[in-house]
Amino acid sequence: MATPQDLDILGRQIAQEIGTDILSWSVSHGELVMTVERPSIIRVLTYLRDSESLQFSQLMDVCGVDYLGRELRFDVVYHLLSLLRNQRIRIKVEVEEGVPVPSVTSVYSSANWWEREVFDLYGIPFEDHPDLRRILTDYGFEGYPLRKDFPLTGYVEVRYDEDQKRVVYEPVKLPQAFRNFDFESPWEGMEFAVETLFPMKAGRRSDG
Amino acid sequence: MGVKKPFLPKEAINAGYSFEAIPEGIDPDALLQALTQEVSHRGFVVTQLDKLAAWAQSGSLWPMTFGLACCAIEMMQTAASRYDLDRFGVVFRPSPRQADLMIVAGTLTNKMAGPLRKVYDQMAEPRYVISMGSCANGGGYYHYSYSVTRGCDRIVPVDVYVPGCPPTAEALLYGILQLQRKINREKHFSRC
Repeated sequence: MATPQDLDILGRQIAQEIGTDILSWSVSHGELVMTVERPSIIRVLTYLRDSESLQFSQLMDVCGVDYLGRELRFDVVYHLLSLLRNQRIRIKVEVEEGVPVPSVTSVYSSANWWEREVFDLYGIPFEDHPDLRRILTDYGFEGYPLRKDFPLTGYVEVRYDEDQKRVVYEPVKLPQAFRNFDFESPWEGMEFAVETLFPMKAGRRSDG
Repeated sequence: MGVKKPFLPKEAINAGYSFEAIPEGIDPDALLQALTQEVSHRGFVVTQLDKLAAWAQSGSLWPMTFGLACCAIEMMQTAASRYDLDRFGVVFRPSPRQADLMIVAGTLTNKMAGPLRKVYDQMAEPRYVISMGSCANGGGYYHYSYSVTRGCDRIVPVDVYVPGCPPTAEALLYGILQLQRKINREKHFSRC
């Protein structure tokens, strides 16, 4: 397990080598995070993979984040692991809606399906991806479900149609809409009940 | 007449049995003995075709091996040695054409709804469906999700709903026993 000091040293080393590509970096929550210019992501990842002293040989995950309201709305996040150093690094790329991110499948072939997943759920296109199709959602699915402005229940629901003898899609019709129950924790509620039923006990508790 | 009154259990009398119809002078015991001998000699049993069919069907419910989510783990436990579904003649089959029961064990997503119906359509009649767990019953935890079917009864007709998240192995076993009871009450040959 790398200490924050180790990660700080690592961060400085990387910033020294390819500082021009890095917008900012920090060690937060015991993890090294670097934000990178969108066009230079391939160069940065290639460097991290091939550098003799770093050898971040594994791409653990690619994911997206939606910061609704931010000008560069999305983050694409790459998690790397160096087996040599037993250290991890997180690389972020900020991107506007509809603007493609260079695909890193040429650097890490494992990025293929993850980029498909990010494309499927956030609608972030990847440039030069060998097979950019949806991967998780239903065939013919509309919208990008992990975007913050996507309605929870979606747009369609399915049922089997006895006349057509097949499963049909229909607009969502809910007998009861989703409610965000905002009452207090049941344990706090119990306290209220104790106060009502056993004022002596409740009084003792407030004293203690 | 030295015929002694034979013993008839109370339940039998309540059910309307009596020796009234036996003509005078014939010992009912001897009659019954002769009848039993005749039957055991020839070696046959009398029953109704309905009951025989129901007995055969309920005693060899072969479910389709079809697990969708975590409920399938509990379904495996039911089939494993502790609860041992084999005792009830329940043996999982890897082909819908050999199966007459489908246990919908887990979350049914919209994407899976079509294939589930296809598997159900491939099963031979008579076929039965057990909906296992909250998700299959009505969407459960994922009721408001964009990708989950709100209950597998929107796709296939369900015979028994087993509640729980997931239901225990006992609960599923009880559901299967309930389905056996349901089958035993069915009348196949008097419908038309």
